[in-house]
Amino acid sequence: MMFFLNKLKARDPAGRLLFFAEFKKMIPGYLFILPAVLIISVFVFMPIVASLFLSFTQYNVLQPPKWVGLNNYYRLIFEDRLFWIAVRNTLMYVAGTVPIGVALSLLLAVWVDSVKIRFMKYLFRTIYFLPTITAIVAISVVWKWLYAGGTYGLINFVLVKMGIPPVDWLTNPKTTLPAIMLMSIWGGIGYNFIIFLAGLQGIPRTIYEAAEIDGASGLRNFWHITLPLLRPAIVFVVLMSVIGSFQVFDQVYILTQGTEYVGGVLHSALTIVTYLYERGFERFEMGYASAIAYMLFLLIFVLTLTNLKFLRLKE
Amino acid sequence: MARAAGHYPSTAYIRFERWGKNTLLYGGLLLGVLVMVLPFVWMVLTSIKPRAEILSYPPSFAVHHPTFESFRDLFRLVPMKRYILNSVIVAGAVTVTNLFFCSMAGYAFAKHKFWGRDKIFLLLLGSMMVPWQVNIVPAFVLIKKLGWLSTFQGLIIPTMAGAFGIFLMRQFIREIPNDLLDSARIDGCKEFYIYWRIILPLCRPALASLSIFMFMQQWNNFVWPLIIIHDSKMRTVPLVLAVLNGQFGGSFGLLMAGAVISILPMMIMFLLFQKQIIKGIVLEGIKE
Repeated sequence: MMFFLNKLKARDPAGRLLFFAEFKKMIPGYLFILPAVLIISVFVFMPIVASLFLSFTQYNVLQPPKWVGLNNYYRLIFEDRLFWIAVRNTLMYVAGTVPIGVALSLLLAVWVDSVKIRFMKYLFRTIYFLPTITAIVAISVVWKWLYAGGTYGLINFVLVKMGIPPVDWLTNPKTTLPAIMLMSIWGGIGYNFIIFLAGLQGIPRTIYEAAEIDGASGLRNFWHITLPLLRPAIVFVVLMSVIGSFQVFDQVYILTQGTEYVGGVLHSALTIVTYLYERGFERFEMGYASAIAYMLFLLIFVLTLTNLKFLRLKE
Repeated sequence: MARAAGHYPSTAYIRFERWGKNTLLYGGLLLGVLVMVLPFVWMVLTSIKPRAEILSYPPSFAVHHPTFESFRDLFRLVPMKRYILNSVIVAGAVTVTNLFFCSMAGYAFAKHKFWGRDKIFLLLLGSMMVPWQVNIVPAFVLIKKLGWLSTFQGLIIPTMAGAFGIFLMRQFIREIPNDLLDSARIDGCKEFYIYWRIILPLCRPALASLSIFMFMQQWNNFVWPLIIIHDSKMRTVPLVLAVLNGQFGGSFGLLMAGAVISILPMMIMFLLFQKQIIKGIVLEGIKE
C-alpha cells in the first residue's frame, strides 16, 4: 500500500505527476491479461471463495442459502458414517495405487532407457503412453467388459484356465475397489513413465561409464546413481500421483454404475469425490458438498506438506 | 555376483550374462507391451464381432465374421453424429480461445511491466494447486443462475483460459529476445500488432503443444458435462458412453463401438503429434 501511495505522489523533474504517464504505459499489459484473468476469476477464484461460504450453509439451489455455522463439518466428522467409509476407501486407493504405480513406471522407464535400438525405444514409449491420452470413461467401459462376471470376461476366462474360480469383480464388495485400483495403475503408468524417462535422459552417460570403470554395475548403479539423480522427478511424480489419486472419480463412477449406489455394492468403492458428487449433484445438498470439498482440500494439503517434508528429509 | 580379485570371468561367461540380461530386459518390456495393448485389442475386436460371437465361449481373438453391426446399432440407437459434433465443437472452441487468451496473457506476463504483474501470475499458478472439486459446486450454481445449463456456452466459457496454458506460453515467450520487440516498437508498431505479427508466429511450437493438449483434455472431459448437461441432445462423447453404460450395461458390442469412437481419434492424434504431446507433458512436470 505504501509503495502504491509513493507511486501516486511521484513527480517528474518538471513537477508533473508521474502516475498517469506511467500507468498509461501499462495499459496494454493489463489489456492483454484481461480476458484470461476475467475467465479464471469468475470461474475459479470466485467459486473457491464461494465454496468456503457455502460450506457453512444449507443450500439446495432453489432456496437461498441458510447459515448453519460449523454444522456441516460437525455432521461430517462426528455423525456421517458414509464420509468415513469414503475416506477409508480413498486412503486405501491411494496407498495401493501410488507405490505400485510409481515403482512399475520407474522400472519400465529404466528398462526402456537402457534399450539401445532407437526404433524399439520409440515403440515402447508410444505403447506405454497410450492409456494416458484416452478418456478414463472409455478405458473404464473397456475394463468393465474385461471384468465381466461369470466366464464371459477375459480376466475370468484366464483365471478359470489357471484353475482359479471366477470372480464377480465389480459386484463383490471385496473385489470392487481392488479392481478399480488395478485399472487405475494400468491407466496411470504412462504419465509417470514419461516424466521418469525425461529425467533419466537428463543423467549424463559419463557418470555410468565412470562407475563401470570402478567396477559398479546393475543394481548398485541404480541405487547409488539413478535414484539420487532422479530424486526431483520422483518427488514430483509421487506428489502428483497422491494428489490425483485422492480425486479419483471417473473410473469409480463408470465401474460401479448400475449398482444401487454411486460407489458400488455396500459402498465398497465409495471415494471422497464420488460421495461429494452424490451429495451435491444427485441430492443437491450444495452446502454439505462444499464442506466435503474443503475437507478433501485440507486432506490433500496436509498430505502434500508431509510428503514434501518426508521426501526432502532423506536428502 | 561379487568377483574375487584376480578372477576374471571368461568371455563366454560375459557373453552369456549379457544375453541373459537382454532376454530379461526385452522379455519384461514385451510382457508390459502385451498388458498395455491387450485391453485396446480386445475393445476393437469386440466392436467388430457379430453379437453371437461376442459372448461365445471360449472367448476368442479370431473374428470369424467381422461386421460393423455394433457401430450401426450405436448410430441408430442414439444420435451419435450429433454427440460427436458436440464434442468437436466444444473441444475446438475451447482450444482456439485458449490459444489466444493464454498467449496474450503469457506475452504480457513475460514481456510487459505493470504493477502487480508477478503477484497476479503467482496467484494464477496457485489456482492450479486447488483441486477442482473445491470450485465445482459454486461454478455449477453460477452456470445455473446464468441459464447456461445444457448449453454450449456452459461447456465452453468456463474453460476458455487456464493457468497451465498461460504458464506454458509465458515460459516460451520469455525466450524471445527483447531486441526484436524493441526494434518493432521504435518502428512505431502498436502493441497488439507486435503480438499478432511477431509473438504469435514465433510461438508456433508452443501453440501446437497447447492446442493438442487442450483438445485432448476437452475431448476426454467427463465431470463437467456430467454435471451441467441435462438435455440429451447436448451430450458429449464421454457422457454418452456413461449413459450407454448405465442403460445397456450388458451390450458390450455397443459399448466397445462407443469406446472405439472415443479413443481412436486421440490415438491417431497421438501418433501424429507424439513429440508435441510429450513435450507438453514433460514441461508441465518441470514447472514445479
